[in-house]
Amino acid sequence: MPVITLTIDDELVSARAGQSILEACREHGIKIPTLCNLDGLSARGGCRLCLVEVAGNPRLLPACTTEALENMVVTTHNEKIDRYRRMILELTFAERNHTCAVCVSNQHCELQTLAAELGMDHVRYDYLNPELGLDTSHARYGVDHNRCVLCLRCVRVCDEVEGAHTWDVKGRGIESRVITDLNRPWGDSESCTECGKCVEVCPTGALFDKGSAVAEMKKEASFLRRILDGREKNEWRR
Amino acid sequence: MNPTSLLKQAEEEQQRQQQLNLRVFLCYSTPCIAAGAEQVKTALESLIKEKQLNTELEIVATGCMGPCSRGPLLRIKPAEGEEQTYEKVTPEQAREILLHSIEQRPVETEALPADLPFFARQTRIVLSNNGEIDPEKIEHCIARGAYSALAHVLHEMSPEEVCNEIKNSGLRGRGGGGYPAGVKWNLVRKSPADRKYVVANGDEGDPGAYMDRTIMESDPHRVLEGMAIAGYAVGAEQGYIYVRGEYPLAAARLVKAIKAAERRGLLGSRVLGSNFNFRIDLRVGAGAFVCGEETALMTSIMGRRGQPVPRPPYPAQSGLWGYPTLINNVESFANVAPIMEKGADWFASFGTDKSKGTKVFALCGEVVNSGLIEVPMGISLRDIVFEIGGGLPDGGKFKAAQTGGPSGGCIPAEFLDTPVDYESLKELGSIMGSGGLIVMNETSCMPDVAKFFMEFCLDESCGKCVSCRVGTVEMYELLKRITDGSAMLTDLEILEELCELVQETSLCGLGMTAPNPVLNTLKYYRDEYLAHIENKSCPAGVCQLDQIPLMKLPEHAAERAVFKEER
Repeated sequence: MPVITLTIDDELVSARAGQSILEACREHGIKIPTLCNLDGLSARGGCRLCLVEVAGNPRLLPACTTEALENMVVTTHNEKIDRYRRMILELTFAERNHTCAVCVSNQHCELQTLAAELGMDHVRYDYLNPELGLDTSHARYGVDHNRCVLCLRCVRVCDEVEGAHTWDVKGRGIESRVITDLNRPWGDSESCTECGKCVEVCPTGALFDKGSAVAEMKKEASFLRRILDGREKNEWRR
Repeated sequence: MNPTSLLKQAEEEQQRQQQLNLRVFLCYSTPCIAAGAEQVKTALESLIKEKQLNTELEIVATGCMGPCSRGPLLRIKPAEGEEQTYEKVTPEQAREILLHSIEQRPVETEALPADLPFFARQTRIVLSNNGEIDPEKIEHCIARGAYSALAHVLHEMSPEEVCNEIKNSGLRGRGGGGYPAGVKWNLVRKSPADRKYVVANGDEGDPGAYMDRTIMESDPHRVLEGMAIAGYAVGAEQGYIYVRGEYPLAAARLVKAIKAAERRGLLGSRVLGSNFNFRIDLRVGAGAFVCGEETALMTSIMGRRGQPVPRPPYPAQSGLWGYPTLINNVESFANVAPIMEKGADWFASFGTDKSKGTKVFALCGEVVNSGLIEVPMGISLRDIVFEIGGGLPDGGKFKAAQTGGPSGGCIPAEFLDTPVDYESLKELGSIMGSGGLIVMNETSCMPDVAKFFMEFCLDESCGKCVSCRVGTVEMYELLKRITDGSAMLTDLEILEELCELVQETSLCGLGMTAPNPVLNTLKYYRDEYLAHIENKSCPAGVCQLDQIPLMKLPEHAAERAVFKEER
C-alpha cells in the first residue's frame, strides 16, 4: 500500500494512502478529541470536536472524514481550535439534561471525560432543558433521551455491524431523536436482535443495561474492533 | 426529430401565430392565479365561444410576466398595431378589453404605459420567454427557438468546446455561491468514470424568493435544454431535476415538458438524431430547506435522509452513488442555451468584470412594484429599488435591503449605490444568494429581523452537526432576550462569539451562513442592539421589551472552576 508523508503539528508523519487524518494521528499517538467517531464504524463528521486546521484550506476540517494527503500540513491543537472545542462541548451540555450526579454512566462517560480533558468547566449558554422521556419497554436495555448526544453510533453499529437497522433518527434540528423501528417502543421492536452492541458503543448513559444504578454502567466499545477483525480473518473464537 | 424537422416545426408554428388577428396573453403563474387569473380566463373563453372567434384569436396562458403585485396581467397583441398590457384585470374588464380590441374600438380600461421603468430597465435573458409562451405547449417554445442550441451543440461542437464556451462566458453559479460554471463543468468532464450525472437544483427555500419556481413554471424547456447541453458537455446520460415539494405546479409542468420533449426525440435516446442519449427524471423534495445544499440534495435524490455530508470530496469527484456529478442551480442551466446560441462574448458583454450576465431577483417587501425582475449584474441597488421597484409606498423611508435570505444580510441606505454583483455584496457582509431581495422601511427592527431569520435556521437545521443544531437555538435564545428586554451586555459578547463558532465549525452551508443576518446587522445597526439592551427601547417600535434580565453567574465563577488546570 502506498505510503504518504504529511506534517502534523510540526512533525513529519507517515500514513497509508486512503487513511483519514484522524487515523494517521491515532497511529502516531497524537490525541484528537472525538465523540461521534468510533473505530469500526463509518466516519460521520457530526460532533465537530475533531476539527483540525489544514494549511491552504480556509475552513477547519473534521479529521475523521478528511483524507490524509501527501505534503498536507495539519494543526491539531492551537488556542482557537481548543476554544472552539470547549464551546462545542458547552453547546452539547446545554442541549439536553446531562446531570452527571444521577447518571448510570457517571465516571465512565465519554462526554464527561472530554469535558474534563478539554477544561470545559462551565456552560455559558441557556440550558434548553427539553422535556424528554425514557423508553424502558425493552426487557434488557433502556434508552434515556435526556443523555443522548446524537452521535448516532447506535444507528451506525446496528446498521453496519449487526445489520438489523433497528435504530434511526426522527425529526430534524433540535427535534432530532433516535428511534427504534418506526418510532415504536424498543420492547415492541421486531427487528431488534437484542445483541446489545448499541448499548456498548453509546458514549454516554443514553443507552444502558436495565437495573444499573448510578455510576454502574461501564461500557467497552473496543469489542467492535475484535468482532470486525475476527470476521475478516475468519476467527470465530476469542 | 432531427435539426431540420425542428426548424420546420418552429417555422410552421410561427406562421400559424402570424395568421391570427389577435393574440391574448394572460399571465397564468402562481401569483396571478392567486389574484384571479382563472376567473379572467373563464370569462375570456366564454366570450370567444359566444362570438365564435376561435379561428381568429388565441388565449395564451403564459408564465410570469413580472410585476406580480399588479396581477392578473393581460397583454393584447394585435396582428397590426401596438401591444398593450393591462394590470389588475377583473373578468368584466377582460371582456371589455377583448371586445373592444376585436372591434378595433378604443379600450376603456387604462393600459400600462409602454415605457414603464419596471419593464424598460430590465434585461431579459433567462426570462426572455416568460409571458410569451404557454409553458405547457412545446410548440410555443420551439417557435421561440427552444432546443435549437442543443441541436447546434450536438452536431457541431465537441464537449470540450461546450465547456470552454461556458468558461469564456464567465457564467457563475446562480444558486448563491458564484462558483465559475465553466470550471465546474470542466472538472466533471475530466473526471474519469463510466457514469456521470447532471443535477439541477430547484430546491429554492429562501423566504421571499421565487426565481427558480418561476423559471421552472414559465419556461421548463429552457431548463431541460440547459441540462441536456450540460449532459453532452460532461459526458452524462442521466439528469435529475430536484424540485421543492412546495412547488407542485412547477413539478407538474416539468413532468409534462419532459414527456413532450421525449416524445419528439428532444430528450431520451439518440437526441435530435445524434448519438447522444440523455434522460431527465424529476425528484420532488419533502420540505427540508437543507436539501438546497448540494450534498444534502444528492443524499435526498438517492433516497436517504436529506443531510449534508462533509466536502471534500466534492460532487464533481464523487457525487450521486459515488459518480462524478455536475450540480448547478436551475437559473444557471437556464442561461446555458442563450450562451450557446449567441456566443460567450455576447453573454460576457452584460454585467461587470467578474460577474457576467444578468441576475433574476424576486423583489418584495416595501416596494411599489414587487415582482420578478431580471437585471444586468452591476446595476445599483438604487436603480432596482427606486427605478424598477418604483420606490417605497406611502412615502416610506428606505432603511435596508435584505439579500440572500437567511444566509445573507441587510444592506443599509448608505450603500444604495453599490453595484449588485457577487464581490460587492460579499464585501458588505451580505451575499447575492439565489436572488431574494426584500426592501425594508423604518418600521423594521433589525434585531427582530435577525431573530426572524435565526428562527428560520433553527427550524431548518438538519441536526447532524452540533454547532448548527444547538448553536442556532442558543443564538435564537439570545436574540429573543435582546428583543424582550432581558438581555445584558455580556449576552451580546456571548452572541458574537457564538456566531463566530457556528460560522467556522458547522458542517454545511446552512450552518456556516446562519449567523450572517446577525453579524451583518450588528455591523451596521449595533446602536439598535445597544438601545434594546441598555435603554430598553426599540427604535423602530416593534419589540415589547417587557422582561427583566435573568440571574447570571457571579463574576468569579471562572476562578472557582473545578477542572481549571493552571492555578
